[in-house]
Amino acid sequence: MKAPRSVSLTVNGDALSGDASPRMLFSDFLRDVLGKTGTHVGCEHGVCGACTVIVDGVAVRSCLMFAVQAEGADVKTVEGLADGDELHPLQKLFSEHRALQCGYCTPGMLMIAIDLVNSSDSLSEQDIKVGMSAALCRCTGYEGIIKAVAAYAEQVHGKPIKRENDNG
Amino acid sequence: MGVIAVAGLTRITGWVFDVVSELQKRANPVKPPLLDILAPSSLAEALSLLSEHGDAAMPLAGGQSLVPLLNFRLSRPDILVDLNRIANLAYIKDVGDQIAIGAMTRERAIEESDLVRQVSPLLQEATTQIAHLPIRSRGTIGGSLANADPAAEYPAVVLALECEIVVQSVRGERRIKAADFFEDILTTALAPDELLTEITVPKAPVGSGSAFVEIARRHGDYALAGVAAQITFANGAPTDVRLAVCGAGTTASRLTVAEEIIQRYGVGAEAIKAASDAAAASVDPMSDLHASADYRRRLAGVMTSQAVEKAAQRAGVRS
Amino acid sequence: MVDTMPSYIGRSVVRREDNRLLKGAGTFVGDMKLEGMVHVAIVRSQQAHARINSVDLEAARNADGVVLALAGAELKDVLPPISGMQVAAPKGWRDGMDPHIEIPDQTLVPYDKLRYVGEPYALVVAGDRYMAEDAAELIEGDFEPLPPVANAEVALDAEALVHDHLPGNIAATLHAKKGDGEAALATAPHRLKRRYFHHRYAAMPMECRGVVAEYDSRTDSITVWSSTQVVHWVRREVANALGMPEDRVRVVAPDVGGGFGGKGHVYPEDILIAYLAKRLGRPVKWLEDRHEHLLNAAHSRDNLFDIEVGYDDDGRISVVKNYFLVDSGAYSPVGAAIAGNSIAHFMGPYDIPHYEADCKVMMTNRTPNAPYRGAGRPEVAFAMERSIDLIANELGLDPAEVRFRNMIQPEQMPYAVGLPYRDGVMIEYDSGDYPEALRKALDGIGGLDAFRARQKEALADGRYLGLGLGCYVEGTGIGPFEGATVKIDSSGKVMVATGACPQGQGHETAFAQVAADIWNVDIDDVVVTLADTSHVTMGYGTIASRSAVTASGAIKDSSDKVKEKVFAIAANVLEASESDLELRGGSVGVIGVPEMSMTLKEVARAALPGWIHQRPEGIEAGLEGTAYYEPPTVTWAYAANAAILEIDAQTGVVKIENYVEVHDAGTLINPGIADGQVKGGLVQGIGGGLFEELSYDEHGQLMTGSFMDYLLPTASDVPPINVIHTETPSPRNSFGFKGLGEGGAIAPPVVIANAVCDALKSFGAEINSTPVRAEQILNILDAGVAAAE
Repeated sequence: MKAPRSVSLTVNGDALSGDASPRMLFSDFLRDVLGKTGTHVGCEHGVCGACTVIVDGVAVRSCLMFAVQAEGADVKTVEGLADGDELHPLQKLFSEHRALQCGYCTPGMLMIAIDLVNSSDSLSEQDIKVGMSAALCRCTGYEGIIKAVAAYAEQVHGKPIKRENDNG
Repeated sequence: MGVIAVAGLTRITGWVFDVVSELQKRANPVKPPLLDILAPSSLAEALSLLSEHGDAAMPLAGGQSLVPLLNFRLSRPDILVDLNRIANLAYIKDVGDQIAIGAMTRERAIEESDLVRQVSPLLQEATTQIAHLPIRSRGTIGGSLANADPAAEYPAVVLALECEIVVQSVRGERRIKAADFFEDILTTALAPDELLTEITVPKAPVGSGSAFVEIARRHGDYALAGVAAQITFANGAPTDVRLAVCGAGTTASRLTVAEEIIQRYGVGAEAIKAASDAAAASVDPMSDLHASADYRRRLAGVMTSQAVEKAAQRAGVRS
Repeated sequence: MVDTMPSYIGRSVVRREDNRLLKGAGTFVGDMKLEGMVHVAIVRSQQAHARINSVDLEAARNADGVVLALAGAELKDVLPPISGMQVAAPKGWRDGMDPHIEIPDQTLVPYDKLRYVGEPYALVVAGDRYMAEDAAELIEGDFEPLPPVANAEVALDAEALVHDHLPGNIAATLHAKKGDGEAALATAPHRLKRRYFHHRYAAMPMECRGVVAEYDSRTDSITVWSSTQVVHWVRREVANALGMPEDRVRVVAPDVGGGFGGKGHVYPEDILIAYLAKRLGRPVKWLEDRHEHLLNAAHSRDNLFDIEVGYDDDGRISVVKNYFLVDSGAYSPVGAAIAGNSIAHFMGPYDIPHYEADCKVMMTNRTPNAPYRGAGRPEVAFAMERSIDLIANELGLDPAEVRFRNMIQPEQMPYAVGLPYRDGVMIEYDSGDYPEALRKALDGIGGLDAFRARQKEALADGRYLGLGLGCYVEGTGIGPFEGATVKIDSSGKVMVATGACPQGQGHETAFAQVAADIWNVDIDDVVVTLADTSHVTMGYGTIASRSAVTASGAIKDSSDKVKEKVFAIAANVLEASESDLELRGGSVGVIGVPEMSMTLKEVARAALPGWIHQRPEGIEAGLEGTAYYEPPTVTWAYAANAAILEIDAQTGVVKIENYVEVHDAGTLINPGIADGQVKGGLVQGIGGGLFEELSYDEHGQLMTGSFMDYLLPTASDVPPINVIHTETPSPRNSFGFKGLGEGGAIAPPVVIANAVCDALKSFGAEINSTPVRAEQILNILDAGVAAAE
């Protein structure tokens, strides 16, 4: 039974299905079978984080999951963030804070940031640095990414984040 | 133990290959070999699949260590028995003076559990230091323990806390003491047909303080050395000292000499220094690209003193 | 009527690339899917050095889904090697560098012997990548191991030869001289002699390389999409290998996920995949995976220096002798270019009367070494800037003071260095105030005196704080040329195409800013096309911090040609004199007469060929111009770095408290983009200084073939970084631009080493190699403490 089987799942609110052999990685299924090429692949051993997507509400490495494991899952990818032409608030902040250059790591960074911010009600700048260290960026030196995520956390949590140079 | 690379791969998880693996052949793959995935919905079904397929099958828990090995074809099971669809293997339950954690409980659930935070702050703190958030989203406590990576956090925690590990097979259930569970690098007391199903964690005693500290080259990397400490105090004096180290040997291990020193001499600066030296002397780490054995030994000592200081502070014994 | 547009140059315009990239709607090579496409897996050497006896493809050919399996022997007489890898060596350069260059050709798939771990020896084409990898495993090779040439130092005397025709494993030697080094050393009051090693690390873009090719039999043409920085160079090599006219080869770099030099030359796969697409008559895709990238994409740095410096009691340096080896690996994709950079940049911002350099480019059984962000400059900055700190220690002076005493003063500008640049022109630093940059950097860290007081206080508490300095100059905007075509069609839009190949630098935005200013139009009326050979006949690409200068120059020159026509036609239509016309807000109008104007759209229509055109006599139809800008020579960017760090005395771990770079790249097109470029470079430099290492064992086996062992810096490893941009325009182009892509990456390794040594000064510590390791620091501390007891 190593033959391909059908996998049905929800991606960005759409019910989709496609065939995957059992060994097919979920990252390849998203990109090659479902055509969701916004999710990128940068190392295929779980380190770089470019392939991070949200599965059933939490950020996961899609290169460390098999496609057949996503049967019935509710998946969110970078393609699902903007509302038509209207960018998601985090996407806007990324552009504003120059949190991207080549854009290759960006989809993974966005998905990690959304999970990081939404699964917490309070983050410090250090929390953001540690949280965003879940993915690698080779272009920006991270400053813009950290600023954009901090600004997003402030929007979502409705309060300023605690910064390193704050007293106390 | 020397480090030998296979086409540039010296490690995929926290351990270093010490034998040239014939598993990765002439290609440099990143796609898993041909395999089947069976996804039983009950534990009984999973156990019978493991029993039926023997060595050809391998259980798949969170996959955060196994899938990289598969992608590089350094592991070649014919069948993966996917445990992710088994109901009732993911839970955190209060069972009197212990908590029981289902093997498929995600690291993230442990990190976010109020119960764990209250009754086993050591487990909670160690969990936050495992890799990165997306890895903890999928990684499981059972998978981590069964993988027995010597640089991973959980083996040190369960040793320090003297947890019990519940394993099951079609032949029945065994309860294994943590101290008896880890045998060698990536090797445990689990038989091929056995599944780790539950971990029982004794609640932290009243008057105890704990800390998990580790050092890695970057945040989230496998520890060069990490120490789990849980110390119970009565009237300012240690009554029960638990120290375990990871990253500094072929398995995680208890730091018994250091424990005795703290137990006997308390948590003053001199005692901590002595315990730190004893910890460093007692470990037998490997050298690799990231740290020599000597440096890891040194770090094991430093982490010991930091963990003891922090645990004592948290118990209100040191300021 | 439209007002004159404000200038776009100098504004941090939001990048037009962002929208698609943020939505996951970019197109990288890996995203391409063509009808009938097949996939390639490449089989690579696991040995550093081995004779190939045979390669058995039989089992692979019979495997599921396999379309084709080939080894080097099958390709030997079909595809020529990549040859002529030495980039052009103009006469002025040859006269000053005395080059002896025998850079070996690179066979695409070797059939006789393997020269590094990761070198291809066979390939499989199959229905998908999984099947291709399955079949690749079935290929059996019979190899006879040969003694490895493990590194540059042993290569000289090794019996084994990487290339049989290169005795001593020497691929190139260079020798350059300014003044009389020997005599100056003999009379110098003090001498410093040191060995420095700058280790091997690499560009490591987040997108690995990848190539897709599609052949069209109707037109006998081929399109190659490659994740490359040099589309025109790829076109030339593909056309040459396949015996096709260049006009029938189109090379496109779509969205490229970082390059930093690592994608800056032609690789065998660029040609192989094109060949396979033509041979099979169907689209072919190869995506380099990270494991392959670490083994096979070009590595960089890896230089060993033996330095002698002569100086006087005041710390004034009179002479430097620089003998160094470049470990170039098994091939040298850009010849001796990096070594040439190293020689030319050694003296940096310092006024040193005598200099002598002697370099050997060595062949070893390692992955080929090619330019990566900095390209020969971080290596020499390490040697020079360490030497200055050591001189300061010898004389009991502050390292900052020794730098000030040796720096070229602003009134010495332009400053003749006395060596030729790679373009053959004698180096003349064009503009800048180097001491001021260093003063600003010291102010940026809170002032030198304040730090020294703090450092002293901390030391009394058993805390080790250190200040590291590092200064450099960088030749940027190098030629030989860049091409651009500018057109205005009847839509009225200004369409700009250049040979620049961005990999994240925001070129679409920056060149739209430049063109909008040249044409005085709204930036939204500028359409920019990059990295596509079908839009520009001859181009060079984006390497060597060159595009801001060279592509802008080409856009200007081609625009000037079109402007002549625009003014001639508008003058004809408006019945005005050309000299009375101006460009204003998308129109051409009579100066001082707002109502007399016509839009560029109207001019474009008037320029059309046909019966109703409104061109004056002698003006050809169409608004289109192409120009090839050949810069007179390079522009000189410069920077001063200062960083404070603290050493954890328990673990030896370094924590950078504050990092400041004062950077001058002339007039900035988009300060936001420029800031991101410098900061990104700095973090790569910090990565190289502390984490990243391509490490080999004594057998020539790479030890760091995955991201578990090759450690890139992450968000939590980055210190607070302050980049202060100053803008001293270059007199060498009409915009005042200098290049800046590489600069940031040059100084951090030596800044970190200097800061650590500064912190441990009381122990007389010297760290003269990279990367700087916590373990090494702890050993210094231990030894120092032991000595004190």
